[in-house]
Amino acid sequence: MTHPKLGVRDIQVERARRSILVVKELDVFPGEVLAIVGPNGAGKSTLIHVLALLERPSAGQVLFDGRPVEGGLLSYRRRMAVVFQEPLLLDATVESNVGSGLALRGVPRAERAVRVRRWLERFGIESLARRSARTLSGGEAQRASLARALALEPEVLLLDEPFATLDEPTRQALIDDFDRALGDTGTTVVFVSHDRSEALRLGDRVAVIIDGRLRQVGPPSQVFAAPADEEVAAFLGVETIVPGCVRSLERGLAVVELGGCRVEAAVATEASGEVLVCLRPEDVVLSPADDNPPTTSARNRLAAVVRRVVNVGAQARIELDAGFPLVSLITKQSLEELSLGAGSRVVASFKATAVHLIPRHVRPQPPSG
Amino acid sequence: MDLIWDGIREAFRLIFTGDSEVYEIALLSLTVSAAATAIALVIGLSIASFLAFRAPPGRTLALSLLNSGMALPPVVVGLVVAIMLWRTGPLGQLNLLFTPGAIIIAQAVIATPVVTALSVVALQTIHPKLRLQVLALGASRWQAALLLYREARLPLLAAVMAGFGAAISEVGASVMVGGNIKGSTRTLTTATMLETSQGDFETAIALAFILLALVYAVMVTFTVIQQRRPAS
Repeated sequence: MTHPKLGVRDIQVERARRSILVVKELDVFPGEVLAIVGPNGAGKSTLIHVLALLERPSAGQVLFDGRPVEGGLLSYRRRMAVVFQEPLLLDATVESNVGSGLALRGVPRAERAVRVRRWLERFGIESLARRSARTLSGGEAQRASLARALALEPEVLLLDEPFATLDEPTRQALIDDFDRALGDTGTTVVFVSHDRSEALRLGDRVAVIIDGRLRQVGPPSQVFAAPADEEVAAFLGVETIVPGCVRSLERGLAVVELGGCRVEAAVATEASGEVLVCLRPEDVVLSPADDNPPTTSARNRLAAVVRRVVNVGAQARIELDAGFPLVSLITKQSLEELSLGAGSRVVASFKATAVHLIPRHVRPQPPSG
Repeated sequence: MDLIWDGIREAFRLIFTGDSEVYEIALLSLTVSAAATAIALVIGLSIASFLAFRAPPGRTLALSLLNSGMALPPVVVGLVVAIMLWRTGPLGQLNLLFTPGAIIIAQAVIATPVVTALSVVALQTIHPKLRLQVLALGASRWQAALLLYREARLPLLAAVMAGFGAAISEVGASVMVGGNIKGSTRTLTTATMLETSQGDFETAIALAFILLALVYAVMVTFTVIQQRRPAS
């Protein structure tokens, strides 16, 4: 088994005597892109600072190449590169900025020039080489910042929301270029984002941090399909999270009772007792109340009443009452066809595979006596 | 008016006839104040870096004391330094009283709060995360400090100029700890004071003129360095 490139064990970070980050174990494997997601203030940036050896945890260890980091941090830092949310360029020309890390690491001038040129080109900013960094736009500055980090050809690249402050078209173009530039460099990447679509797009694995605790780690498809708990589910865009109770389980199909109705859920493993039923709004399809015979093959069909219609861009978010609160996301076209408004009666359908069950942990009883 | 013109004429005569005494006095003023500013810069920048980058508890209190220190009366500094260096004082064995060394100490004490307080503000203009970025780029602690000082060079050089200004323009402390001894501790300010008290306005004006010219020459040099665009 390959050693993790970078990892943490039992780390704890305190600020003002309050524990703001606790991670028991997290590893990043060579060449993989690990996306760390979570809401603002969850502790993601703190984790990046700890991994980058820019902040010492109050307890715990950072591992590099499978061994605990010890002694001078400088030699470790010189094997990594960090890109922050702000470009943080020096008051110098663009090329001097892109070469600044190389200069600090003692790379000879001739080699520096070659590498600076190469990375300026890869990020499409070679024409800005002699411009003062102070005159760049936000997108150009972040390009220079990424070029500066990648020119170091680091073993590990740590990125703390590098695209967060950019406007949408600039952001998309830069993510494309970054993805391409990273290409086959084989760099191990840890990437922080509060935007789950960025994580889906760039991450080989996703780690979810909420309230300073690591909640779940896994491949994006798994994490998005089967969130570990209610808060992870909510952060990942699951809008319907309702408590229910498993009544039966047969051949991978669980019948869950919730709000006076029964819902079927496809489950991979065990499911019993109290659960949280999770449903993504885009998985809930609406049809007219008199839709007979049914136009979908979905196993779950529930009569529901529309409570509220909210326009969100090209789509509409429909809040329903199906005996329990349920949210559906439909296109504007469907909205018009169904002519929905508050009080409309509809049939809400969803597949058994769209239902994800989270076991509700019953608190252990305190020992008696 | 004649008095002023005669003074300026005398100044040019002293400068261009190469009056050795005036040159000695001017040179001593310059070296003493430069040394005091250098000491103030080393101490001030260290304290300022600690206060600005580490943000220790009590920083506001420290800053308010430093800011008060900018208004430290030179005679008070002169008194304290004289007591310290007095033969029976705590530093009496150094035999520094009435030497240029004593003036350097006094001027450094006057310039240090000025340089420190303005340097803290200078370093606070740097983006708080830039230090982390520079370390992440692979800078050692010294490389990081130098890079950050370079980022803040405009306000930092302003702090140096203010410190030098406070040192070279000061007279009270220099007289008290230097003694205004001819050929040894006489500076442009103490000499000007002496000539004025003796009614020799021509020489006093000449010395004052030389002092102003000297200050201007130094400040021009600093300003040119400060305003230079970064090299590519």
